[in-house]
Amino acid sequence: MAELKLFKGGEFLITDALPEEVFTPEDFTNEQRLIAKSAEEFGLGELAPRRDELEELNEELLKSLLRSAGELGLLSTDMPEIYGGSELDKVSSVLVTEKINQGIGGFLLAYGVQTGIGSLPIVFFGTPEQKKKYLPKLASGEMIGAYALTESAHGSDALTAETTAVLSEDGKYYIVNGQKQFISNAGFCDLILTYAQVDGTQFTGFIIERKWDGISVDEEEKKMGMHGGSTRSIIFQDVKVPVENVLGEVGRGHIVALNTLNIGRYKLGAATVGVCKFLIADAIKYAKTRIQFGRPISQFGLIKHKIAEMVIKIYVNESIGYRIAGLLDLALQGIDPSSENAGKKTGEALRKYALECSINKVFGSEVLDYTVDECVQIMGGYGYIQDNLIESAYRDSRINRIWEGTNEINRLLIVDRLMKASMKGELPLLDAVKAVMEDLMSYRPSMSEEEGLLEKEQKMVAHAKKMGLLAAGAATKKYMDKLANEQEVVALIADIIIEIFAMESALLRARKKFQKDGEEKSKIHIAATRVYINDSFQRVDIMTKQVFAAISEGEELRTQLMGLKKFARFTPINTIALRREIADSVIPVARYNLTKI
Amino acid sequence: MNILVCLKQVPDTETQIKIAPDGMSIATENIKWIINPYDEYAVEEALRIKEKFGGEVTIIGVGPKRVTESIRTALAMGADKGILVDDPAITGSDSLGIARILSAVIKDLDYDIILCGKQGVDDDYGIVGSILAELLGIPQISVVIKVEVSEDASTVKAHREVEGGTLVIESALPALITAQKGLNEPRYASLPGIMKAKKKPLDAKTIADLGLDASQVGENGAKIKIKQITPPEERKAGKIVEGETPQEMAANLTRLLHEEAKVI
Repeated sequence: MAELKLFKGGEFLITDALPEEVFTPEDFTNEQRLIAKSAEEFGLGELAPRRDELEELNEELLKSLLRSAGELGLLSTDMPEIYGGSELDKVSSVLVTEKINQGIGGFLLAYGVQTGIGSLPIVFFGTPEQKKKYLPKLASGEMIGAYALTESAHGSDALTAETTAVLSEDGKYYIVNGQKQFISNAGFCDLILTYAQVDGTQFTGFIIERKWDGISVDEEEKKMGMHGGSTRSIIFQDVKVPVENVLGEVGRGHIVALNTLNIGRYKLGAATVGVCKFLIADAIKYAKTRIQFGRPISQFGLIKHKIAEMVIKIYVNESIGYRIAGLLDLALQGIDPSSENAGKKTGEALRKYALECSINKVFGSEVLDYTVDECVQIMGGYGYIQDNLIESAYRDSRINRIWEGTNEINRLLIVDRLMKASMKGELPLLDAVKAVMEDLMSYRPSMSEEEGLLEKEQKMVAHAKKMGLLAAGAATKKYMDKLANEQEVVALIADIIIEIFAMESALLRARKKFQKDGEEKSKIHIAATRVYINDSFQRVDIMTKQVFAAISEGEELRTQLMGLKKFARFTPINTIALRREIADSVIPVARYNLTKI
Repeated sequence: MNILVCLKQVPDTETQIKIAPDGMSIATENIKWIINPYDEYAVEEALRIKEKFGGEVTIIGVGPKRVTESIRTALAMGADKGILVDDPAITGSDSLGIARILSAVIKDLDYDIILCGKQGVDDDYGIVGSILAELLGIPQISVVIKVEVSEDASTVKAHREVEGGTLVIESALPALITAQKGLNEPRYASLPGIMKAKKKPLDAKTIADLGLDASQVGENGAKIKIKQITPPEERKAGKIVEGETPQEMAANLTRLLHEEAKVI
């Protein structure tokens, strides 16, 4: 196999990767497959039989299940072996997250916090003493972690938190006072990773043990979904926190807080892949047995459309997720996880892919919301009745667009990250925009249609990149450093970038599969990719026009639109026939079967 | 103690089985392969014996390369090494052929106890273990739900459920035991276990390596031949007996049995 290539964060916008340069779910190694199976067996054997019990909060059961997962190494894929972790690559870590949860919201919540924001800050920013003291217990599930950042008046604007930390006279303790809100695992956690202002202005991370004096929790929140998980406020009243429990440096809490969220996002994407696959299987099974007008509803075109569209979106979602996981693994190569500054180096390496991680989070959470919505629709009235799996999944899903940075914040971050990379000279974005402008002058769209398999789609993705660069270039030129104030324009650019990454990830995966296994065995991969690009390309066209219309008028606008038209030309394909083909391939097996484990 | 486990790879019990165009086998495309569940009990029991007495657990599989994956899973659970007999000549072997291959592997090994599943959940013959014991000339105790090896590791007591009670059978070692459901609860492969399994030895052997010739295995060596495979008749939809009270339901059931089923 040709070598995977380490691309820079955001580089996909200006460089066309080759299929052999990106990681795809067809590239899982035997060990990765075994790891995935192990996680799935745990989910099927230990979680699925307790689905009803886990629908309501049962702290003891959750704790014992986390401990069982810990014994198998499933809680510590991202932790170094010397601290009791399983120390796996990111692809394996993502696979475990995808396979374990079996669509059980309450467990997913507890597990997600334990393996993500509730432990990773110590992995990345903890001192060797802190790691030695806490990581083995978090890895085994002996200690349950919680992450307390949000306060009632500070959600997205978290760094201005009001919780205070005052150094004691003897200099041995910080006295922490304040209240954190919507804290997952709050009801049964042992360790709280939190933030407070030292001297009123120095935002700082702290590791606090639940058993210390002065800590109390409020009532369980009555949530829309995730009823099986614990969410409460945590109140700190004169809590004495030893100075050794400062996480990261005093006044540098934002580094810990923001990086933790960044890093956690690719895992959220992975979890959505798992839940979507679980739900679509359930919906197809239902559609095959629900008889209306004398036949199973799975035979009707509109139901097939829904099933196919879910398959396509799941395909794209996992193409994105594993491409990023593969990229992160490359970026982390050469860092010895046992070395003292490994965490810091890892954090730095991962930060470079914050843009991709945000894409993963936004795309994954929106695919999941689409999937739960259409699954309810397939089940009709039954989907609206409680005690049906999909009814709770519908409610559980909604939080994913809110936590780990709202999708709005993540869209702003995508463009912010891109602009910073450009300004710092990490990414020659301006040169690329200039090249597209020049290209535009001389470009004559060819009249012939491309004949080769996926060649047309390849060209469409290349053109979408050019359209995106034109939009980003024009908006930057117009607003300069004030671009961030134009949130609607920024979000449009972010959406164009997301579409580009999504299209390209599916395209590269399908091409790689096709090159390896031939056309016949890649038929559904190719169909899913073609439909997605056909639709996504048109969305990019519309959004680019919206950007132009917002920033220009008159002659300038007309020139911009004429230029855009050159790149936006394409002949639509018969997506109805392709969607039927996709649906017909999954309905007999009643599950998403494009990825082999 | 040296413990051997014979392992078969079978289609996942949840797989929808399709019959191949030849009408004599199943279509193997799109099948999810797993360790035969009865063999998984055998692997678990082997690991428990090893944990108590020390020694080594060797997994022996016969079949195409994909069987490697199942052997690796057993290694990830804690077994020490694996042997896979992979040879095109094996195709079409019946239980006797498979037992011949296993005995050819095993006769050169040093062993105290051999564990097998009581049957494969695919073709359900349930005789490989018995033939293997016969070929090796050692005692066998089949369909076992409890295994107790004596403190000095010279004998084994095995429990077997029979109509209305339990049969306890004692045998000298070496012996062969076939595992029944209920013997134990197999462990999951842990992630560190999977990573360690990567480095454990897994030998591949051919029929020639074992000193067998092609006439003893495969279709040539088979005593039986599959003539045809047919799917089970599709089950008709059930009927829910209606009624507000138990009395009413009973009355309706009687009427249905009389009028529709015509059995009373």
